[in-house]
Formats: sequence, C-alpha cells, structure tokens
Amino acid sequence: MSGVRHLYVHLPFCAQRCGYCDFVTVVGRRGQHAAYVDALLSELELEGDVLDPKLETLFLGGGTPTFTEPAELERLLVALPPAAEVTVEANPETVTPQLASLLLRNGVNRVSLGAQTFQPRLLQVLGRVAGPDDVRAAFYHLRDAGFDNISLDLIYGIPGQKPADLDADIEDALGLGPEHLSCYELEAKPGTRFTHAHGEELRRQAEAMEEYFSRVVESLVVAGYRWYETANFCRTASSADGRDLRSRHNLAYWRRRDYLGLGVGAVSTVSGERRRTTPRLGPYLEALHEGRPPLRTIEPLSAEVERDERVMLGLRLDEPLRLGAGAPEVDRDALRRLERLGLARLTPSAGGGELTLTQRGRLLGDAVTADLLA
Amino acid sequence: MDLDHIRNFSIIAHIDHGKSTLADRILELTNTVSGRDMRAQVLDTMELERERGITIKAQAVRVSWKGHELNLIDTPGHVDFTYEVSRSLQACEGAVLVVDAAQGVEAQTVANAYLAIENNLEIVPVVNKIDLPQADPDGAAAEIAELVGGRPEDVLRISAKTGDGVAEILDAIVERIPPPAGDPAAPPRALVFDSSYDQYRGVVAFVRVVDGSFAGGEPVRAMAQGTRFEAEEAGFFSPTMKAAKTLDAGEVGYVITGLKDVSRLRVGDTLTSERSPAAEPLPGYKDVKPMVFAGLFPTDSDDYPDLRDALERLKLNDAALFYEPETSQALGFGFRCGFLGLLHMEIVRERLEREFDLDLLVTAPNVAYRVLEKNGDWVEVHNPSEMPREVEAVEEPYVRASIIVPKDYVGPVMELNNDRRGRFDHMEYLSPERVLLAYELPLAEIVLDYYDQLKSRTRGYASFDYDVAGFREGQLARVDILIADEPVDALSMIVHREAAYSRGRALVERLREEIPRQYFDVPVQAAIGSRVIARETIKAKRKDVLAKCYGGDITRKRKLLEKQKAGKRRMKQVGAVEVPQEAFLAVLNLNDGNKK
Repeated sequence: MSGVRHLYVHLPFCAQRCGYCDFVTVVGRRGQHAAYVDALLSELELEGDVLDPKLETLFLGGGTPTFTEPAELERLLVALPPAAEVTVEANPETVTPQLASLLLRNGVNRVSLGAQTFQPRLLQVLGRVAGPDDVRAAFYHLRDAGFDNISLDLIYGIPGQKPADLDADIEDALGLGPEHLSCYELEAKPGTRFTHAHGEELRRQAEAMEEYFSRVVESLVVAGYRWYETANFCRTASSADGRDLRSRHNLAYWRRRDYLGLGVGAVSTVSGERRRTTPRLGPYLEALHEGRPPLRTIEPLSAEVERDERVMLGLRLDEPLRLGAGAPEVDRDALRRLERLGLARLTPSAGGGELTLTQRGRLLGDAVTADLLA
Repeated sequence: MDLDHIRNFSIIAHIDHGKSTLADRILELTNTVSGRDMRAQVLDTMELERERGITIKAQAVRVSWKGHELNLIDTPGHVDFTYEVSRSLQACEGAVLVVDAAQGVEAQTVANAYLAIENNLEIVPVVNKIDLPQADPDGAAAEIAELVGGRPEDVLRISAKTGDGVAEILDAIVERIPPPAGDPAAPPRALVFDSSYDQYRGVVAFVRVVDGSFAGGEPVRAMAQGTRFEAEEAGFFSPTMKAAKTLDAGEVGYVITGLKDVSRLRVGDTLTSERSPAAEPLPGYKDVKPMVFAGLFPTDSDDYPDLRDALERLKLNDAALFYEPETSQALGFGFRCGFLGLLHMEIVRERLEREFDLDLLVTAPNVAYRVLEKNGDWVEVHNPSEMPREVEAVEEPYVRASIIVPKDYVGPVMELNNDRRGRFDHMEYLSPERVLLAYELPLAEIVLDYYDQLKSRTRGYASFDYDVAGFREGQLARVDILIADEPVDALSMIVHREAAYSRGRALVERLREEIPRQYFDVPVQAAIGSRVIARETIKAKRKDVLAKCYGGDITRKRKLLEKQKAGKRRMKQVGAVEVPQEAFLAVLNLNDGNKK
C-alpha cells in the first residue's frame, strides 16, 4: 500500500485576528513559536510513518505562517520532508525580500498571498493589517526573489462593497499577473462580533452574491484563466508555457485523496477516518512536549459517506467525474432531469460514464449535488 | 325505582363557566365517588378533554339524593357537537344552566339554552363562581332571567369550587324538574344517545329507557337500522359501569351489545325487545352530516396505512367523523375527512397526532357544496378540485351565528360580518353593557380565520356560536392555482365571485414567498377556468454553492449537503417544481384578501 502523499501543516499565529476569519488562530505569542515548531516536529515523528517517502505536496497554512519567527519557520521548513509542490500562505505585511528568499532557499515553490481586496476602506472593514500598496509590494518581493507560481486570495461580499469595487479588485489583481487566484464569498459565521456588527449590510451583500459570483467567473475566464474549481482559477496552460498551474495540494482534497494534517486544529483523512486535532494550543503543546499524541476527535467514514464526498468534491472541478465501475454512482433519474435543464452532461463510456457540470450547473453546484445524491 | 323518584338532567354551560367542576361536586356530595378517587373533571376521561377543559363525549352518571335517583347526563358544550347535545337533552326532562358570575351570559349559553327550550326541558338557572372578587351575581342573574324567562331571584347562586349552594341545586332538581313520563308496562323502548367501543365487549350503547325495561340476556333490536343482538348486560354508571338486573322506564344507563362493528348501531336509534317489539320508534333519529371538509395527508407517504388504521379506530367512538380515500397529485395518498365543525376537525387532528403519533398535513378546510349540474342533477361536492367547471347553480351552507360583545365592539363586529357576506338578523341588549348580535353567515366565511379575526377585533371579548341553518345559493367561483403551468389540485379554492380576484392575488403572492427558487423561472398563476386572474414569477436561482472547501471543511460541507438532501425529501413534487409542504397551507393564513 502506498503511503499518504499530501501533508498539511498548520501554523496558527497571527499579528491580529481578522473579524471574519474562522480558522484556528492565535494572536501574537512570539514566545511560543519555538515550542510550537518543536511540537509539530514531534507530531511528525509520531504520525509520519503513514507518509509516502515521496511526497507530492506540502502546504503550510494558517493563521499566518509567515508571521512565525523567521528562524523558527526556517527550522521547520528544513525539517519537513521535501515535496514536488511546496506552498506557503502569506499575509502581505509579513513579506519582505528577506522572507521571500528564506522561503525560496528552503524549497518553497508556491506562495498564496492573502490580498482579499485592494480597497482601503474594505480592508479596514475586514480588519486587515495590510494596505493595498503592501499587497503590491509583497507580490513584487516574491517575484523579485524568483517565485513563478503566486496565488492571490480575493474576498467578495464585504460589507460596504459595491459591484464597481469588485470590478476594481479584479482589475488590480489581474494587473499583477498572478498564476493563480482564489476568490471566496465572505462567509460570516452567525453569532460572531463581525456578523453582529454588520448584520443588515451582510444580508444586502448576500443578495448581491450571486451577481458577484458570476461576475468573477466571467471576468477571469475572459482574462485567460481556467475556472478549474468552484472558487479557484489558474492561468490556462496555453498562456503559461504549457504549465499546469492548478494547486496540486488542493486538487488532492477535491479528488478525495488521503492527507495528513499536523498542528493545532488540523484535519487528516487517512484510511477511512477523519481526525481533527484539538484546536486548543495549550493542551496541544503539552501533549507533544510529553511525547504523547494530542487529543483528537475521530470520525469514521463509511463507504456511503466516502461516495457522497467523492461526488460532492469532484463536482467542484471542471474535470469530469467518473461514474460507475469502482467509481461512485449517482441518481440517474436526477441526472437525466439535470441534463434536460442544461445543468449537467453525461459522456457515456464503457465503465459508466463521465459526469461534468455546465457553467450554470457549477454555479448551482450544491443544489445539483444534493439532487444527484438524494 | 318508580318514575316519581327519578330525575334526568343535564348541565349546560359556556366553556369554562364551571360545568365539569359542578359535576365533580355533585359526585362528591352524593358520595358517588369516594374522596380517594376524586380528581378534577371525573367525567372527562379523554386526555384532550382534561387538557382543554371541554367535554367531547357524552357521559351519564347515576347519583342518589334524598331518596331520589338522579341521572346526570354530561354533554359536550360546544356547538360542533350540537347534535350530540340535542340527543343528550332528549334523554332528560331538565337542564341546569350554569353561567359564570363574572362573565355573564355567553354565546354558548344562548345556543345551549335555546336547544334546551326547544326540547321542552325545565331549566334550573344557576350563577356560578360567586366567590370570585370580580363576580357580579345580580347582573348575571338578570341576564339569565332575561334569556330564559323567569325571575332573577329564582336563579340559584353557587360556587362549584367551594361547594357552596350545590345541595340547593340538587333540591331544586328534585322540586322543579318533572319526573320522566313513560309506561313501565308498555313494550320496551330506549333512546341511544351515545355509544362507545370497548375492545372486549364491543359497542356499548348509552340509553335512556322510555317504556318497559331491558335486561341482560334478552334479544334486542335497533328499530331504525334493524340490527339485532343479544344484550350482554344492562346497567348504569356510578361513575364506572355497574351491572343491574334491569334498566327500567325512566332510567338512564347502558346496554352492552357485543356488536363488533360500530356502524351497526347509530346514535339516535331506538332499542326495543325482539320478544315484544314496540310499534313505533322514538322520535329523534336524524343522520348527522359533516359540514366542514379537509384533506388529511401523512407527511411521510409511508404512514398512509397507519393513518387509515387510526381513522378507523377514531371512527369507532366518533360516529360523526367521515372519511374517504383521496389522491392528490401534489400530496399523494390521504383522506378527505368530514367534520361537524372546526373544533371537531381540530380535535380529530390532535388525536391523530397525539394518540397515534402521526405527522399530518391538513389542507385548508372547505365546506360542503350542493351543485346543480348542467344536466339537472344535484351533487354534493366536498373538495374544491372536484367542483365541475360548468354549473347551473351552487349552494353553500349558511349558519345562524350568535355573537355577544360589550357594546363598544358592535361596530367592528358588524364590519367584520359585512366583509364576510353576513346578513344581519337582529340585535338584543342582554344588559346595558352587553349586546347579542344575530347574523346569518356563509359557513365558508367562518372556517378559515373568522374566529381569530373576531377575537382580535374585540380584544378577546366576543363570544361566538353558530348552528347550521341550511343551504343557500351563492355567486361562487372555483379558483385554480397553476405552478409552472400545472394545476395544483390541493390549492384549488371556491370563493365568492367578488372576492375571487383579491384572494387569487393574495394566494399567488404567498406562494411566491413560500416556494424556494428553482433551477428555472416558475410562473405561479391563479385562474378561473382558462382566465388567469393573477400571476407572479419565482425567478430562477443563479447560485447555490459554497465558495470555500478545503481539507478542514469537508465534514462540515457534507453535513450541509445532508441537510439540503433532507430538505429536498420534505418537498412535494409538482411537475418539475419542488414545493415545500408549508406552501399548501398558505391558503389557511391568507391575509383577509376580500376585505380591501
């Protein structure tokens, strides 16, 4: 049996907490960075034997991985196993020429930069530290250091955002010429201070969201990007010297490969089980300091759940989903109905066919998936 | 017991005026129930009866008082059960009319008092709850005297709660109510005024013996239906069943029939002896007709057999309940049920949900219509979707409604009744403060939300009662609803022509709000025949996908998907459109569309 070929490492530290963020984050605590890297490495020691000696992808996410003390970050990168694609998430204000070269010399070959928006007043609403010029500066520092695979994150549906703001954001982002773009709608969790503070405006934005979504897709496709996943775009191979610029690490999630996650609050899916490590930093550090595995919740995944996930995740992609014969099956009556409505297409093949969603079908992906699995 | 020492009486009252409490005190005072067995509402055995403080089934209990045998026949107070009330009253010679000293005469008091008077009963008027601080016994006594005739000083004043004055009621029953008439030597005749079903002993008939006597082991015949059976046992309630050697002329009790099929013995029939049969049955057999109809559908179509069994079992003790299978394109298999009125419908529904644990979808109620077809045939229609599109004439049931309100609310009530096509009959001042308004109203105008409207416009001060007056011709139209060009049978309605446009408009707007956006534009139309009178479009949804989904989001995302799938399963498929079940109830709470 071949081992797990995808490794995620969570670095929770941030300069400050952004109001809308729902990841496991820890503000400041510079004193704990070394202890945290120690813990990660001892967790790798405990869990690493499931990993394939040849990793395909390594992804450092957060939090703000680049907020971690540079020396500690470097110590971590050196110790982690090498992989074909190594991505680090970065916030613009943390990216200096020194950091860019630190990343590059330690095997990082892809950076995902959290731009979110280029409008100062919207950055303020989100509680971001960086200004628009910090975003541009960070991008050029990375380019100058030699990174040829940079992704930008954009968020839309921000309280106070107007369609013209979104157009301007897309234009600003395209102006930098990134290889990859991730565009998310703002998901405000009920009950948070952010939602409380912006309730009325968030409802207005929710109504505008479907317009924003198709606007983003259309603009980026016209600009020569491939809409390869619901929220992800990359330069087409033809406009990138034949390079496939999709995020290989994230593709592994959407193709429902196994992956190992290390760090506080990290999730793994390994041999029919999903595990989530405790999101509490103290207990996490303590356990690993004592050489024990940290507390985890374990969710067994039945064959039916796995099938549902394969369909749910696979239909987010522009590549066809194989059906039947060792691959998942869907409700064929629902499929015929969706075909008639122009939302799905089935290309018959020996095994059972290949399912793709049309552009409209992808915009309605959740409802379509629910129909196909009902 | 000789006839001179027997008294048969009922207690009649508006809801909450203290009928059941008074019955409890009478049972205590006459030592019929020992203190140990005493609990509130002894005679109300059904869970629903105790909880809602109402009596649904009639009960009869025998008590002894100063050498007399008194039979108390407890009756339902509500008009939906008027037929049961009048049957029970037929078994009596007198009635104790109870009025709350703080509330005064209410609509049900009036309706029940009229029924008692129609049945030639001697009325013993009583003002109850004189111990309440806000009691006005003189005012209430004056209102009763005005209502039933007689002098305010003859009205007894009691507190059923404390027991004060209850003995005087029993004395008054003996003194004022005449003993039963009847011939102990004549061929036996007994009126069946109610029945219940015992799973071991079959149908138990509640009877009032008029002539002769009945005993266990004798062959008996129900005269109207011709059903024959051997009486297994005769006896009386005290308050539980006690076998007796004979049940004699003038007495009230039960006969165990052993019949396993409740439909073979109808309430209102006359029992006689097979050996020496009476020549004529007693008057009073009348087939009871349901007036309010609604479709009952199981939320989960797998529950259909359970619903059928439950209705069968309810029917055993509720002769007035009518049901027949109904198939709706939109809602699947269910039953069209007929009820005596709205309370009856509500009680049946509650019993189905509670006692049988069923999840039900109940369509908007409608009334029975009499339709003259083009070919000259009269047919009765119980379902708007069955109303022929071409008709000569349509008749709808009307009711005589009594509404009692403080005089300041007369205006709003008249306005409401005018909106509801009411015809003013007369108005009476029961006291300087309180007014009785008598109206004739189409029953169809009452079944939806009349009572709620009445309460809100009178701040809850109105009391309301009605009984069916008969069928009248009306200018009625059938309005159909089309969703994505498919007519939806469960949403058809029959409305007055003048209100058709506004009701159709209101319903279409409600449906636009209730039906979630689909993959395509969905037109929702209201039409009379082929003429569309209102139209709305539910715009197609353009986006339904969560933007972000990485390794840590998969479980949460899958759970959302499960929810979405479960939501879809609760939808009913109308053509290609998924319609939530709630949408079928939209017609129930339409804003009073014909008002504006």
